[in-house]
Amino acid sequence: MPVDIDIAKVAKLARIALTDDELDQYGHQLEDILEHAERVQALPTEGIEPTSHPMPMVNGFRRDEVGECLDPDSFLSQAPDTRDGQFRVPRILGE
Amino acid sequence: MKPGWEAVIGVETHVELSTRSKMFCRCPVDVDAAPNTACCPVCLALPGALPVPNEQAIEDIVKIGLALDCAINERSLFYRKNYFYPDLPKNYQISQYTFPVCEHGSIEIEAEDGPVTVGITRVHMEEDTGKSTHVGDGGGRIHDADHTLLDFNRAGVPLVEIVTEPDLRTPEQARAYGSELQRIVLALGVSDAKLEAGSMRFDVNVSVRRTGDPEFGTRTETKNVNSLRSLQRVVAFEIDRQVELIEAGGSVTQETRHWNEETAQTAAMRSKEESEDYRYFQDPDLLPLEVSEPWRDAILASLPELPADRRARYVEAGADAAAAELLADSRGLSSRFEEAVAAGANARTVAIWLTGDVVAHLRRIDGDIDATVLSGDHLAELSAMVEAGELSSSAAKDVLTATIDGEGSPRDIAEAKDLMQVSDVGEIEVAVDAVLAANADAVAKIADGDMKPMGFLIGQVMRETGGKADPKVVQQLVRAKTQG
Amino acid sequence: MTDLADLTIARAASGLRTGEFTAADLLEAVMRRATMTEAQLHAYLTLDHEGAATAAEEADRAFAAGQDHGLLQGIPIALKDNMCTRGVETTASSKILSGWVPPYDATAVARLRAAGAVITGKTNMDEFAMGSSTENSAFGETRNPWDTDRVPGGSSGGSAVAVAAGSAFGAFGSDTGGSIRQPAALTGVVGMKPTYGLVSRYGLIAFASSLDQIGPFARTVEDVVLLLEAVAGFDALDSTSIDEPTPGFGDALRTGVEGVRVGVVTELMGEGIDPEVRAAVQATVDRLADAGAAVGEVSLPSSEHALSAYYLIAPAECSSNLARFDGVRYGHRSSIEGTTEDMMSHSRAEGFGPEVIRRILLGTYALSAGYYDAFYGQAQKVRTLVRRDFEEAYADYDVLVSPTSPTTAFPVGERAQDPLAMYLSDVCTIPSNLSGDPSISVPVGVDADGLPVGFQIMAPALGEQVLFQVAAEVERLVDFQDRARLATSDEVKP
Ligand SMILES: [Mg+2]
Ligand SMILES: [Zn+2]
Repeated sequence: MPVDIDIAKVAKLARIALTDDELDQYGHQLEDILEHAERVQALPTEGIEPTSHPMPMVNGFRRDEVGECLDPDSFLSQAPDTRDGQFRVPRILGE
Repeated sequence: MKPGWEAVIGVETHVELSTRSKMFCRCPVDVDAAPNTACCPVCLALPGALPVPNEQAIEDIVKIGLALDCAINERSLFYRKNYFYPDLPKNYQISQYTFPVCEHGSIEIEAEDGPVTVGITRVHMEEDTGKSTHVGDGGGRIHDADHTLLDFNRAGVPLVEIVTEPDLRTPEQARAYGSELQRIVLALGVSDAKLEAGSMRFDVNVSVRRTGDPEFGTRTETKNVNSLRSLQRVVAFEIDRQVELIEAGGSVTQETRHWNEETAQTAAMRSKEESEDYRYFQDPDLLPLEVSEPWRDAILASLPELPADRRARYVEAGADAAAAELLADSRGLSSRFEEAVAAGANARTVAIWLTGDVVAHLRRIDGDIDATVLSGDHLAELSAMVEAGELSSSAAKDVLTATIDGEGSPRDIAEAKDLMQVSDVGEIEVAVDAVLAANADAVAKIADGDMKPMGFLIGQVMRETGGKADPKVVQQLVRAKTQG
Repeated sequence: MTDLADLTIARAASGLRTGEFTAADLLEAVMRRATMTEAQLHAYLTLDHEGAATAAEEADRAFAAGQDHGLLQGIPIALKDNMCTRGVETTASSKILSGWVPPYDATAVARLRAAGAVITGKTNMDEFAMGSSTENSAFGETRNPWDTDRVPGGSSGGSAVAVAAGSAFGAFGSDTGGSIRQPAALTGVVGMKPTYGLVSRYGLIAFASSLDQIGPFARTVEDVVLLLEAVAGFDALDSTSIDEPTPGFGDALRTGVEGVRVGVVTELMGEGIDPEVRAAVQATVDRLADAGAAVGEVSLPSSEHALSAYYLIAPAECSSNLARFDGVRYGHRSSIEGTTEDMMSHSRAEGFGPEVIRRILLGTYALSAGYYDAFYGQAQKVRTLVRRDFEEAYADYDVLVSPTSPTTAFPVGERAQDPLAMYLSDVCTIPSNLSGDPSISVPVGVDADGLPVGFQIMAPALGEQVLFQVAAEVERLVDFQDRARLATSDEVKP
């Protein structure tokens, strides 16, 4: 069964700016991979619980205690653009 | 609301918990710290960092769920809600989807048109985003900004989302719901629930339909409403707008809107080009949450008295409903009320004093009750003096304000100001006899069955005693001596 | 005289304690080896000469002061470049992280430092651990020291090669679908994926969170045990870390395999497996039987679907894990002007390589509205079936065995343009990632081209003891003495 993917929509959702040629190429590759992956759909899985964790553990909490924070210089110095101790990004809404 | 129309309203409320540390890391919950000084690899979403959930936050959400009469799911799951936004460091929010911690609750509210039961669909755990400051000509508005600054101190602060069923029908009910929810959260001590500071905020869904129509209309969602007054106004505005739109032959668009306080209007947010697809999936970094029965029971046993129960108890004690609500809403008033009643005061009298004279006086002096010396024992002493006829109720009010002002105990003040009533019959009798002797005409009229001068005589006695005679005793004596 | 760089960790540790040589000597030996081989192999992205020298000095000072923090003290160890190292550039071989210097150490790194290990540098890998050949690195591929026209496997190819070539005594990598075991097999070293949750993932740049696990590479099973013991154990910074005391594994190394039940996985010995690989594995199984193991055949019927399930689950998780690379807080930002959304989309398009983009798109699609149940949801159910197969198999067997990789090292470029062919490289290793169970690759011979063959041993969760027990016996029975040509040939001698 051929898989039909709206690759432009997927790329936008993933926030990756691709040219039309790239979209085309990735679209075909994904369709190939998904056709292969579709075999999993043939397996009878009624009543089978999904496994999302390899180990059957629960909670994994920590106590409500305050620990050390990072020195802001240690990460702001790594940022592409900062101003007054804050990260800076271009305008959020379009024209 | 326009006759023939009905509104259907649901509210989603976000409450920031006041835990010591954030939801998934050990940074302090301190949104007012200098920008980006309460951050670590986890809440900045540095490569490789992992979340570890805060046990206290889970306990707090269970408290909220229990207070809202919810079923607590023994097993619940964290999901990732995926969307890109610069204030969301991981570009996904850890939230819940299927299997939230709490579901199927309800809350009773008292609106002007009577009590309403509001269903609670779910209460789930999530994390807050960072804070954006939009810089540009628009004075901080995103629309005119040319760039935005990001502070991640708030990122990862535990956030509880409380979602109602579409059970509310009027703007007043919506406000009453918001107000009761805020009271509950405050009573539980899990959040400071400050609407103006954003630690509690509402998203409100409104649709309208013709009365009797079983179908819901198309709804709009107005986001980040940050006062009870605005909550009411948003709903009222949306109802009017939607009814007008439909009556003019138009139709409501399902959209997200925002409330502009200055124009008192909602407006559509600039719509995103694609519809949101959050690609929810169970967060593989986090294990399933298990709230065992013993844990849940221990939390239940630790719950404080809820506001509705407290109000009922105050009414039971003798306060009227309005005073009971005011008292229950204030820690300072309610603690004094309870102390006074425990010390034997008349609950009705003390409730009226606290919610009337005390509040008024505090407003005048711009003071806080906890900054004054006024205690429950003071109120009990004052109440006992009035009950015993030692102080008139009007003198009691003067004594009360003087007590608040720190002039001493009620009895000391009453004595110092010479406000104690004369209740001694012998002493009053002397004055009565003198007045009757001086007003033989009036006495004669009464003897003939004309009762009109009675008030005049009582007034004369009061004047004679400098206003300190107990009016009840005076009245009894005058009556006995003129009619006897 | 043997070059110090060719010693095992165990031998080096004893020499340090007898005063035969110093930590500085060991470091000098591996750095010399790196100087000789790096131009051809490119195992490392960063050689931290300065940091390593300081650590070696500290180790020598500790020895002199009589302080002993364990057998890794003074031992030069390499780390895959997806493990965060405070103050040392960490890129996961991606342009999007080029130049990024973490302000914190991964838990495994902090534990190695505390144990006195000397961190030599950061090794090359497939970008964000996505690949099976170490060709998908933004900074150039790594070559196999057995034949430099061939790939070393991946994604932890750099770590495997550093150990095979002697430019580190041991190394750490990460294994999401075979990324430690497959390159270990292709470079003739021992590589191991521990039970999921045994080693903290804190500070490991995530690929697929429910599958990723840090694990060691070394030239012997004993050395692998030493490395694992230094990093294993509960970590409060990783919610999925197993909160149980970790036993020592060393006792298992000399107990033999008498009576141990060994199941050969039928589905992983048939079609698609290179005959020479199959023969080497079969010969090893026969030796185990001769040594007293109870050998039988076992079927994992769902394993043929494991690969498909993996290629839905891993991309889905990665599409979300890699969303944080957006040009806002760190890493590459595009110079194309526009809105924040434009900035993010161009930064990501410019910063990620094609395999990473392919998997992000695949995962985004598999999670999106309307497709979740058919793809991601179904894959998670297949995962349950794979686990059930293993549970049934472990009712009858103590360990399961198979080839580690269907083939020996393949030529550079051969599978680069064919994603599906590349994905098939992991067919034998993926089931243990889906189940979370421990698994190890031990070299057991060479094919006609002189390229090493890896033997995979799998055990149930937290079954590291029996895993090492069998691995050590395989090592003894096979006595694999071949060394990578480049590490020993005259062409690299000074
Ligand atoms: Mg929410
Ligand atoms: Zn933090």
